[in-house]
Amino acid sequence: MAEQEQKRKVTPARKADEVTEVPATSETGEKLKADIDDLLDEIDEVLETNAEDFVRSYVQKGGQ
Amino acid sequence: MSVHKVIGIETEFGIVHRGAGESNPVTASSMLINAYLSDLEHEQRAGPKVGWDFEDESPGNDARGPSGPASPPEVETHLVNAVLTNGARYYVDHAHPECSTPECADARAIVVYDRAAEAILQRSIVAANRLLPQGQELVVHKNNSDGKGNSYGCHENYLMARSVPFGKIVTHATAHFISRQIFTGSGKIGSEAPGLGVREVPYQLTQRADFFEAEVGLETTLKRPIVNTRDEPHADAQKYRRLHVIVGDANCSETATFLKVGSTAFVLAMVEDDALPRTFVFRSPVQAMRQVSYDVDLQQPLELIDGTTITALDVQWELLDRSRKWAEERGLDSVGGDVGAKVLDTWEEILAGLESDPMTLADRLDWVAKYRILSGYRERHGLEWGDHRLSALALQYHDVRPERSLAARAGLRRITDDAEVAAAMTEPPVDTRAYFRGRCLQRWASQVVAANWDSIVFDVGQDSLRRVPMMEPMRGTRAHVGTLVDESATPAELLARLGGA
Repeated sequence: MAEQEQKRKVTPARKADEVTEVPATSETGEKLKADIDDLLDEIDEVLETNAEDFVRSYVQKGGQ
Repeated sequence: MSVHKVIGIETEFGIVHRGAGESNPVTASSMLINAYLSDLEHEQRAGPKVGWDFEDESPGNDARGPSGPASPPEVETHLVNAVLTNGARYYVDHAHPECSTPECADARAIVVYDRAAEAILQRSIVAANRLLPQGQELVVHKNNSDGKGNSYGCHENYLMARSVPFGKIVTHATAHFISRQIFTGSGKIGSEAPGLGVREVPYQLTQRADFFEAEVGLETTLKRPIVNTRDEPHADAQKYRRLHVIVGDANCSETATFLKVGSTAFVLAMVEDDALPRTFVFRSPVQAMRQVSYDVDLQQPLELIDGTTITALDVQWELLDRSRKWAEERGLDSVGGDVGAKVLDTWEEILAGLESDPMTLADRLDWVAKYRILSGYRERHGLEWGDHRLSALALQYHDVRPERSLAARAGLRRITDDAEVAAAMTEPPVDTRAYFRGRCLQRWASQVVAANWDSIVFDVGQDSLRRVPMMEPMRGTRAHVGTLVDESATPAELLARLGGA
């Protein structure tokens, strides 16, 4: 358990270092959420024709 | 002192011959690879096809010694099996097209050559489809499961010192393989483990965890073990072993590939240097593999043999802390120098992200990127996890064709750039023996009879063929032989100068 406690001391310190980056991270997070709508629109366009049939018949035998 | 972590990745791709009625994957794979080789020949960028040399293959050798169970895997020798000028091997393995990267000296080079392998597959698809009748096409996926209980691998290989007891490798490698799934996973809907399905496991981190049934063993196609014991070093067997890792997912994310091989190189180097005082021995490693993979919240306590518990994330924090200490004491030479330093920073950044909010890693980890797409689509259309539309999206995430791939649209960060990836399709790495193999093929393909990982056989017009052994993976680099190869007009001259060197 000593090692566990030691690690726990290290982890918050590591997080403290990152405080300056928090605004950037949440900005990225918001951008990702906005982007997902565009991405989903795009996905409808590139989706394979008969995608559902394709996935039903997708069988890959003989692998390692 | 740890040996340089020379690394290679072998990827088996999923393949479908669409529009051909009953599709034969062996024929389709052969067609795919032959189309690529013909395309290259047509372009005059390569001479006659050079075949693989099976002289030194012994995949049945067991790292546990001769008493290990005897059931050597069969090697298919009659199917297309080519050596490329970038030092890679491109072949039909069982019923899949497979591409093995050349030997790489660091994790970043692996990412470049893994991407180059994808580009080779992309070009193969275009070339093959040109030859097929209208209405037919080959479709290739970089994934590891068909969702119906069949899996195929993305294997990693690491050069290690022969002197390290195999049991010691097993202990630490097992702990790493189980816990690293939190960043190596490519994500999967449902479970293919016996008795489990999408109801019990709507989404899991990895493609592969369902398929591991043993802790240690030689098999790769059934009863797959977490630690594989294949003892086939493809190098000086007195000095080296090659750890053959079969637990990983094929990654579309460059960050995931980078950290998968980068972190593993650190752990294995630390095993060699006795720098891991704490061991994590799980009560049931096979169960722990699945527990980690099935827990998207990353909170699952894993039971250790001493009765305590730990999460996968905490195992990884410990391994990262140990790696930093080891690097301070021993330096980063054996794990790629500056690239090793970048591995440590990426490792920390990813673990911190997983701890605070995994969704912030949707631009770096496959399982998160895929989860984000599937969750978004699911909410938009009000679908259950078992809906075939979601399965179709999940499969198409891995489609190798850029115009279809969802991974290519997921906003994943790049480590490589397109120009270096294009170059890596034909140019070998300069800092391993792959350089010698690749350069000889570039210059004298018509006189190379065969090649494999640890030798090249030349026909120099005399009675007998001449075999050049390459038993040291870090020799045969540009620094060692670049001038020699450049200045030799013929293989005969090269051999004479090598003999005199």
